[in-house]
Amino acid sequence: MANLKKLLAGAMALCMAGAMFASCGKDGEGGSKKQVKSSDASANTIRIYTWNDEFKSRLRNYYPEYDKDKSGFSVDADGNEVVGEHEYLKDGKEIVWVTTPSADNAYQNKLDTDLEAQAKSSEKIDMFLVEADYALKYVNGPYAMPISDLGITDADLADQYQYTKDIVTSSDGVLKGVSWQATPGLFAFRRDIAKEVLGTDDPNEVQAAISDWDKFNAVAAQMKDKGYFMLSGYDDSYRTFSNNVSQPWVDDSKNIVIDDNLMKWVDQTKEYTDKGYNNGTSLWADQWSADQSADGKVFGFFYSTWGINFTLAGNAKSNDLYYVCPGPQAYYWGGTWICAAEGTDNKETVADIMKSLTCNKDIMLQITKDTQDYTNNKAGMEELAADFSSEFLGGQNHIALFVDAAPKIDASKIGPYDQGLNEAFQAAFKDYFTGTVSKDEALANFYTKAKEKYPDLNTPA
Amino acid sequence: MKHKSISYAKWGYIFVIPFFAVFIVFNLFPLLSTFKNSLFEFYKSNGVTFGPNWIGLQNYSKLFSAEVNVGKYFMNTFIIWLMGFIPQIFFSLLFASWFTDLRMKLKTGAYKIIFYLPNVIMAAAMGMLFFTMFDQSGPMTNMLKPFTGGVPYKFFENVWSQRTIIALINFMMWYGNTTIMLMAAINGVDPSLYESAQIDGANPSQTFWNITIPLIRPILVYVLITSLIGGLQMYDVPQIITRNGDAVNRTSMTMIMYLQYQMNIGKNYGYAGAISVILFIVAAALSMLVFYINSDKDERRRKKGVK
Repeated sequence: MANLKKLLAGAMALCMAGAMFASCGKDGEGGSKKQVKSSDASANTIRIYTWNDEFKSRLRNYYPEYDKDKSGFSVDADGNEVVGEHEYLKDGKEIVWVTTPSADNAYQNKLDTDLEAQAKSSEKIDMFLVEADYALKYVNGPYAMPISDLGITDADLADQYQYTKDIVTSSDGVLKGVSWQATPGLFAFRRDIAKEVLGTDDPNEVQAAISDWDKFNAVAAQMKDKGYFMLSGYDDSYRTFSNNVSQPWVDDSKNIVIDDNLMKWVDQTKEYTDKGYNNGTSLWADQWSADQSADGKVFGFFYSTWGINFTLAGNAKSNDLYYVCPGPQAYYWGGTWICAAEGTDNKETVADIMKSLTCNKDIMLQITKDTQDYTNNKAGMEELAADFSSEFLGGQNHIALFVDAAPKIDASKIGPYDQGLNEAFQAAFKDYFTGTVSKDEALANFYTKAKEKYPDLNTPA
Repeated sequence: MKHKSISYAKWGYIFVIPFFAVFIVFNLFPLLSTFKNSLFEFYKSNGVTFGPNWIGLQNYSKLFSAEVNVGKYFMNTFIIWLMGFIPQIFFSLLFASWFTDLRMKLKTGAYKIIFYLPNVIMAAAMGMLFFTMFDQSGPMTNMLKPFTGGVPYKFFENVWSQRTIIALINFMMWYGNTTIMLMAAINGVDPSLYESAQIDGANPSQTFWNITIPLIRPILVYVLITSLIGGLQMYDVPQIITRNGDAVNRTSMTMIMYLQYQMNIGKNYGYAGAISVILFIVAAALSMLVFYINSDKDERRRKKGVK
């Protein structure tokens, strides 16, 4: 008995000491950065990090060097794309998709870990995709390669919208990403409700009725009187406010600054909730989607390019339910940017993919014609806007509205903390809208959440 | 003594080596590095690493400061656990004593399976299912509309309705498991004790309280301890029901959810380490306390004798 105890105690002590030393050793090693050369297999592989299938579909359908036969690419009866187990380019290089859903920050966590290990790994990441809300995190960091290093010139990019470049330009002015799409937002409204309440469903007249926030609020009151909701949920109008702020979320000395425009959103949404102008839903909730169908009682939704053709059309299930108009303020929502990973072993291919999908007017026009996605090519889109009619929007030419809206977008106030802080802000103030907490408590809760996400930021005491 | 018999004791030690090896690599080592981390300022913000810098017990003092108030998350966890555990132990005891009652002669095979089935479903799927059912446009909410004046009652915007749903899921998932365990315990009781009690004129509730309960106490203790520790680890169901825990001013955010929150975006190894250490201490203390209360002196003496 006593022997056993001694033995155990000795073993424990040894393990503890060992564990301490082991962990110390690891920390020491982390400091020295060793560059590992890429393997031959990696040089023949294009490794692309993404969170969904959108870019995959663009690449498969529109990148001329994609080998559809060898990859076993086809479209089945339901319109779903089918590919074989391995996908190849025409020069024989294999494409490997590393897909991680973006929910709960999983995509960024995965990307951060793997980019950090890039130098020491023999399997190099070649490309990764980013969203606007956190693009600057990677653009200002060391892992995205400058576009000019890839041999893509300013002349190649001349037709892209300026705001799509601003989002991926680092603080010292270097462009580090490109996008094939621009995502200006509009206000989609129900034609039948507009006729009943406003007496017309002409997009120009409806636009005149909601061209600024005061008018918008007045229409909301009219909607309420007739038994309709102006908006579906609390966050519907958030983007129109958060895209028009006068300063970024975080200032130069890392203080969190809440812009007045965001507080305007808070006050407006609280008023809408208390007066019953909205249906109390949240973005992407089941009820929010249901509100977009013919059974819904909601007048309109703020939606950008992809939202109208994809989400709204899917939820509405009818082609003569909606028209679009510019709404009270210009804004954008969403968009995907392509970055080249520093240390890539397939620079030429990456540059060629970027050039083909984001600078080639013919390819981009084709994308818009096929998918109604609004592509990032000014000349092409203006050409298309001259004569376009959307089936879903009852023949309306909404591309022309996008052409007007896109140059008005101002993305100069974005920052690397936008995603985390926007989400925390919306979540914290939801409790205020539902009446669970006071405005001051909601503000305090927001600062708590912000500190948890970004412990290095300063909050007002 | 020693020189008279051959000792096989060393084989015992050799055979437990695999356990200790696995324990040291996967339990002890992470535990120690958690302790170590909790004494450092060490986090990542937006992909940039800060630290590790030695800050002593500052993570702990932050944990108990007024602005964080970690007690709130402990209380949330405890309340939701208790709301699920009370009906769980009540129904489990009831069903277990019915199913094992010789005079009722119930065929219990099918019931055992039916009661156990909810436990087979993944907790996250259960959470998703209930979330959809009680959502603003869910079937439950629609059914209740006539009683709530035509407007949907928002289950996930009120403290107690939200907690009740989480507790309900926990109860549904675990009462079958507990029932089966208690049935096994009751079946282990010597039937002659019940027979003699009946001959002496004891009624069913007397046999239950004076024979069944005292004799299944070791299993009851086990159920309580495992449920308590399981409750402390409650994560997936409330995580799904509350959409990351923020809903309704964090009144349903459990300790593990709070811990996960520190590690998801901020990657705060130091602070999360401190939370884990506190959780470790609480779990250990609770287990010991419950065990001590529930084991009487005889049992403890007998245990010592066995060793």
